[in-house]
Amino acid sequence: MPTITRETQIIVDQKVPAVRIIREFDAPVAKVFRAHTDAALFAQWIGPRNNETHVEHFDCRTGGSYRYASRRKNFEAWFHGSFHEVRPSALIVQTFTFEGMPDGVALERLVFEDLGDGRTRLTATSLVDSFEDRDAFVASGMEKGVREGYERLDELLAR
Amino acid sequence: MSADPLSRVFSALADPTRRDLVARLADGDATVRDLAQPYDMTVQAISKHLKVLEDAGLVTRSRQAQRRPVHLEADVLDLMTKWIERYRRNAEERYRRLDAVLDAMPDGTKPTPSTHTGDS
Repeated sequence: MPTITRETQIIVDQKVPAVRIIREFDAPVAKVFRAHTDAALFAQWIGPRNNETHVEHFDCRTGGSYRYASRRKNFEAWFHGSFHEVRPSALIVQTFTFEGMPDGVALERLVFEDLGDGRTRLTATSLVDSFEDRDAFVASGMEKGVREGYERLDELLAR
Repeated sequence: MSADPLSRVFSALADPTRRDLVARLADGDATVRDLAQPYDMTVQAISKHLKVLEDAGLVTRSRQAQRRPVHLEADVLDLMTKWIERYRRNAEERYRRLDAVLDAMPDGTKPTPSTHTGDS
């Protein structure tokens, strides 16, 4: 599977439609965990850059739910999901839906690992229900957009 | 095998031998025989790997030339690498913001009221 190792490591699985993101932090596991469960802290980093995160509600405990908006000038996108399992300083299992595509849902598993010496490894796995959705997810950061990307790839493959 | 093109490229590159073949073809076109040489594999086994890369659009083989050298389609590889790299960079940017948030958080993990933090 293609893996690019630098600071953040991305693993694009070929057997299941999942993407895995691995990152280490110079902070103890309890802190990294809290930055994920505390709405005010979460809103400061989830981004993307230049967007402001407005949290409607954020009840990060087993059986809880969340909803927030990502805003910039003339743009607003809402996201919501359920916290399926929240285990302090260890694990968060949650769903994630972009409300613009309400039928789509990702199952996210965040594993927090204490590396000792005040360091933490976070492994975030997003699982969706088709490779097309997964690939669209991976490609969603592209300015040109997924459709155009696929068109170009189709053109290249057709040569 | 998944039908969509990106998944085909992903799964073609999932195999270490095929990744190695792609890396070697990045240096220039080569025949199947040349490619097979360093491996403890038959030319047939290498041909099978090349067929997977060919189906994914990653390599092409000229129909006319007798030696039929294998050619790497660098554009296809670049496009996929760009997509993944862009995704990775977004994740890295997000986690750098998290680094800053973690730096600003006071030590200890006492729950704080969910107002703004950032000063200690």
